[in-house]
Amino acid sequence: MSMLRAIFSHSSGRIGGTIVVIYVVVALLGMFGVTPYNPLQQFRIDRLHAPNAVYWMGTDLFGRDVASRLMNGIGQSFLVAFCSVALATLAGTVLGLTAAWFGKAWDGIVMRIMDVLLAFPAILLALLIIAVVGPGTWTSVAAIAIVYTPIFTRVVRGPALSIKAREFVDAARTFGSSRRYILTRHLLLNLVAPLTVQVTLALAWSLLTEAGLSFLGLGTQPPASSLGLMLADSRNLMENAPWLLIFPAVAIMISILGFNLLGDALRDILDPKTRRSAP
Amino acid sequence: MTPLLSVSGLRVGFGRDPKQNEIVKGVSFDLDAGETLAIVGESGSGKSVTALSINRLVDFGGGRIIGGSITLKRADGSILDITGAQEPVLEKIRGSEIGMIFQEPMTSLNPVLTIGRQIEESFRLHRGLTGRQATAAAKDALDRVRIPDAARRLKYTPNQLSGGMLQRVMIAMALACNPRLLIADEPTTALDVTVQAQIMALLGELKRETDMGMIFITHDIGLVAGIADKVMVMQAGEAVEQGPLGDVLDQPKHPYTQHLLSAVPHFESGRAARSDFSREKSEAIVPALKVDGLTVRFKVAGSILSRSPGSVHAVENVGFDLMPGETLAIVGESGSGKSTTARAILGLVKPTRGSFSANNGRIVDGSDPSVQMVFQNPYASLNPRLRIDSILAEPVIAAGGRIDAETRAKMVALLKRVGLPENSLLRYPHEFSGGQRQRLCIARALMLNPSIVVLDEAVSALDVSVQAKVLELLVDLQHEYGLAYLFVSHDMAVVERIAHRIAVLYAGQIVEIGNAASLLSNPQHSYTKRLISAVPSIERRNQHFELDTRQVPSLVRPPGFEPPPAEWQTCGPDHRARAEA
Repeated sequence: MSMLRAIFSHSSGRIGGTIVVIYVVVALLGMFGVTPYNPLQQFRIDRLHAPNAVYWMGTDLFGRDVASRLMNGIGQSFLVAFCSVALATLAGTVLGLTAAWFGKAWDGIVMRIMDVLLAFPAILLALLIIAVVGPGTWTSVAAIAIVYTPIFTRVVRGPALSIKAREFVDAARTFGSSRRYILTRHLLLNLVAPLTVQVTLALAWSLLTEAGLSFLGLGTQPPASSLGLMLADSRNLMENAPWLLIFPAVAIMISILGFNLLGDALRDILDPKTRRSAP
Repeated sequence: MTPLLSVSGLRVGFGRDPKQNEIVKGVSFDLDAGETLAIVGESGSGKSVTALSINRLVDFGGGRIIGGSITLKRADGSILDITGAQEPVLEKIRGSEIGMIFQEPMTSLNPVLTIGRQIEESFRLHRGLTGRQATAAAKDALDRVRIPDAARRLKYTPNQLSGGMLQRVMIAMALACNPRLLIADEPTTALDVTVQAQIMALLGELKRETDMGMIFITHDIGLVAGIADKVMVMQAGEAVEQGPLGDVLDQPKHPYTQHLLSAVPHFESGRAARSDFSREKSEAIVPALKVDGLTVRFKVAGSILSRSPGSVHAVENVGFDLMPGETLAIVGESGSGKSTTARAILGLVKPTRGSFSANNGRIVDGSDPSVQMVFQNPYASLNPRLRIDSILAEPVIAAGGRIDAETRAKMVALLKRVGLPENSLLRYPHEFSGGQRQRLCIARALMLNPSIVVLDEAVSALDVSVQAKVLELLVDLQHEYGLAYLFVSHDMAVVERIAHRIAVLYAGQIVEIGNAASLLSNPQHSYTKRLISAVPSIERRNQHFELDTRQVPSLVRPPGFEPPPAEWQTCGPDHRARAEA
């Protein structure tokens, strides 16, 4: 609760938090089909209709309601983004923690593999993985998760190494505390702050990566909708039906802005160095 | 004649509204060339802020001088008003006319540059030396502060040197340009006593040679006696008492000065040693802990092409025993292996050789509940994210126990015993002061009813008055539970208060061991003598510390090296020392 209050009293946190909350609500509605129209239903006579009172964001080439497809697309994109970030966080935390704790050869192997993964640009690496496995929603989840795992591994390993050297970890070892207890209670608990910030920022990146993959036709497959896919479909009609392009593009932009603002706010709030001291 | 430095009515504030948030509230003093002023006070008394105002470094920390004046007589005789000076003028003055030594050697040096480059920097800037000349000057500067093997150390980066070494580097840098005024902000707090004595000697000598004025800031009123001409005692931003050294120490007028003087442990050469335990009278025959031939070696890493040059012999054939209810103090300086010994007993470091046996000859390994430890830094030894009840429960969980009513009752009882309220259980570590945290650590160590508690510099980080109370608590707990303490410390005055027996560790080996009173009053080994003579005390006024140029021996030995067996000489019923070559 105090966390929420802190976010909403932070200037960029207020804006970012509001955007993210609205998006999550829209995404949930879109995912469970609570949309103005069925996003797949084709109103043949109303093809390429400009936005009006009936179709708030107009209709596309097949006469499908853009607003409904956009809500559904946001749901789809968020599903991919959340799942992939969850997987990346889990994998990155486990790898980073064990690398920091065991050190030596294991640390070397893990971190060198992560270095190799980090050397590729995110979208290129995701493309490579999908090229091998084949396109689809769940392959893009896996691909994006693999792409962002190295970042989480690094974010976890660095602080974990410094916490490992703190005296309370030594103290725990003198009691004979189990490895699991030390790793979860002493290391992981102190990593919650940096991880929270990283998760928020990673959500923004993975939304963008998902949009990029779908745009290239390698993410979500039609007739399902996703933000990137909608952009790709609209590109040939840009001059005749600009609303087809503008709404998903703006939707992507604002969502990423929202997550970035929220991430910045969380970093300020959780970092004791920038925390405004109480008078 | 105008004094070198004159400060009058100095007021310094912090924050957006400095007038509301005053840290220094009207401090005045004069300092002549060749004179030393000691500013004494506890943390938060404004002593450091006062010093930082003199070279206006306080501006960078968010402070503002809101009243009073500071004037400095420059080398050419002109008078400079520091409170009104502009930054470019101040930059010229800092380093060349006002040198400064900081409190934290670890953070005062740039970690990515070699120390050689950082020392050369001040020679380049202020004396215009370049290339070889600067390097040679840097080497001389390191030689002056007794850094062994100076030429090679120039190429080291700060992380390769110990805290004590780094502080010597800092002092070398501050003295590089022979400044006319030296501000030393707790310069020896992080140093070993013998190094401290050497640094004090060095500072005193330089002061005499160059007629340098010095402001010496310290929390240790005992240290003041050795170096200061004048003393100023600060409390909560005000100078509560100032005057010549003798007057302040012998007839303190202000109650705060009297309090400080009574709280600081005085070293009394064994006369204050504890006499509440003796081995003859004790009915226990079996030692609580017996350490035999403990040896810890760390292999020095070689590269792919070159073989490892050998190992660091951190602890070499250390053996002692510890009776129930007895305190054995392990005394030594940094690098002597005292902490490694403690950590090896707790299983935090793997011994190369040697064995520990507890109570009934049972071999002890790392996680034995009968041996517990209290660490030096109370701020780092409690997990900041765990509540106190979780922290106290940890040893119980680790030993396979459960958090039931019995455990809770034990937590509450122990908290009460160490002098903390019961509601502490629901609070987090940051809500406690340093002394309270150390009490929490002691309570945590007692959760499993240990028979041996290892205290690794357990009171070193605490303020003197807090230190005295924690020592009292430790003695009480020892009587109550019959605990055996292994008290690792560098502070002879503290050791004298708590130890029954003392083992002096030097370069990884015990050089003298025995009854505390006997060892402190009649030290046999040359190192013990040196250690004891270096202890600062209020009785030693303006003492001429001997400049000691003996080098710290390197502990790196070639592979397969075995030290010759030690020869011992007995010098009392329970007192023996290693024979010296």
